[in-house]
Amino acid sequence: MSERARIAGKKLRERARVNRTIRAFFDARDFLEIEAPIVVPSPGLELHLDAFAVEDRYLITSPEYQMKRLLAGGLDKIYSLGKVFRRKEAGAHHNPEFTMLEWYRAGADWTVVADDTEALVWQCARDLDVAHIGRCRLEPPWPRVSVAEACQRWGRVRVDGDEDVATLRSRIAAAGWRVAADGDWSDVFFGFFLDAVEPQLGQQQPTLVYDWPKPLAALARAKPGDARVVERFEVYAAGLELCNAFGELIDAAEQRRRLESDLAERRRRGLPAYPIDEKFLAALAEMRPSAGIALGVDRLAMLLVGASRISEVLAFADDEL
Amino acid sequence: MIDTVGKPRYFLRTMPSSVEATELRPGLKLLIDGQPYTVIERQFVKPGKGAAFTRTKMKNLLTGRNIESNIRSGEKIELADIEENPMSYLYKEGSDFVFMDQKSYEQITILADLIGDDWKWLKDNMIVHVMFWNARAIGVALPNFVELRVVSSEPGVKGDTSGGAQKPATLETGATINVPLFINEGELLRIDTRSGEYCERVKG
Repeated sequence: MSERARIAGKKLRERARVNRTIRAFFDARDFLEIEAPIVVPSPGLELHLDAFAVEDRYLITSPEYQMKRLLAGGLDKIYSLGKVFRRKEAGAHHNPEFTMLEWYRAGADWTVVADDTEALVWQCARDLDVAHIGRCRLEPPWPRVSVAEACQRWGRVRVDGDEDVATLRSRIAAAGWRVAADGDWSDVFFGFFLDAVEPQLGQQQPTLVYDWPKPLAALARAKPGDARVVERFEVYAAGLELCNAFGELIDAAEQRRRLESDLAERRRRGLPAYPIDEKFLAALAEMRPSAGIALGVDRLAMLLVGASRISEVLAFADDEL
Repeated sequence: MIDTVGKPRYFLRTMPSSVEATELRPGLKLLIDGQPYTVIERQFVKPGKGAAFTRTKMKNLLTGRNIESNIRSGEKIELADIEENPMSYLYKEGSDFVFMDQKSYEQITILADLIGDDWKWLKDNMIVHVMFWNARAIGVALPNFVELRVVSSEPGVKGDTSGGAQKPATLETGATINVPLFINEGELLRIDTRSGEYCERVKG
């Protein structure tokens, strides 16, 4: 066996171990594993996700619509471990086909899911006998920082969530960061966030970033008592964005407004206009307050085996097919 | 009549004035905040809930400082108007460097600050590309590899041929680099100017 094959074999075994730990973790907590559908009529309308079309349907970019319908139907702790598909995403940390772990808790808020995340990553790390990745110490609890605090601390920029894009641009430029000549609120924010903040996150310990600005709400509900931000968190560890979680939006009218706004923007930009999933919207009315999360399993495996490229933890990357 | 003698190349060039983020490639010269940069490396990045970006590592051609910036897909970046002329390196004058145009024999002086660490790989009569930005010389574009002779180096300890062991060697340019123990004075070495590291011994 060649040296390269031996190393690749070791990483694939470690990756398989991560999958086993995930299932054991959720089984031990009485979560029900769901095999979510892969081919669906609506893949979601997020502006920056591009779905593969299969005849008159699409490959899922996330199983979340169907998972939430199950919550509405009365299930309260569910998880799905399976493939999702996103066109045009290929790079050191991206593959167009990748493995997503999603789990949802009805009747719980996002902090419970945050605790799950710490416990799960730590369990995976212990099962692989890993406590540090470089100088990043994986043992929980992890530091938690709001988006506003992170932007202020590392970028010296005030981000409230209710400022218009012109104000945001001028604050970023005043702090000495490059600002693109055009772009909407999300574009301007992420240009700054990637330049200034993300490189600082999760270097010593995985870092949980919460209270995302309202223009980046996606499917998260507003934070009670502060309408400028939403109940959303992400975890960054050793240069990797690991997961994204929501206190789920269950207000169907507000959800419809967001989907229609995304759809209009998609049409304006000449992007594919996927149908709105009416069954998903109808289910929201039945949903209890819930929290859910999507975690990139390939990224988690990269973190735990110290890979710098996603292809190291895949049997075959897209460009090896 | 307008006299354009000596300037025609500015009218003949047909380069695009900007590129899209996904077209960024190492070596491309960009104009950012009024300063010229050269692209060193790039990587696809995309926040889970955001647009795709190209994380671009770039060197400022005036200061030599590296920066990293994330450029959104679809964003247009202005190209720096950089022209490269082959010139021969003549000699050092004080702390500055004198080059001669191969065709016109015109001589120019480039200040030490703009040459930065590139002096280490400049040897007399070497042909390099001098970069002109808005018709002003701002530095040299070195070949990725140069061949330079060792002028002094302590003999290596006999018998020690283990892989990693290295010793310092002074090159004909005056620069000192680390080389394997078996390298002797007078030998010609191939050096990677991007990393400043020894590659191999060259016959000659």
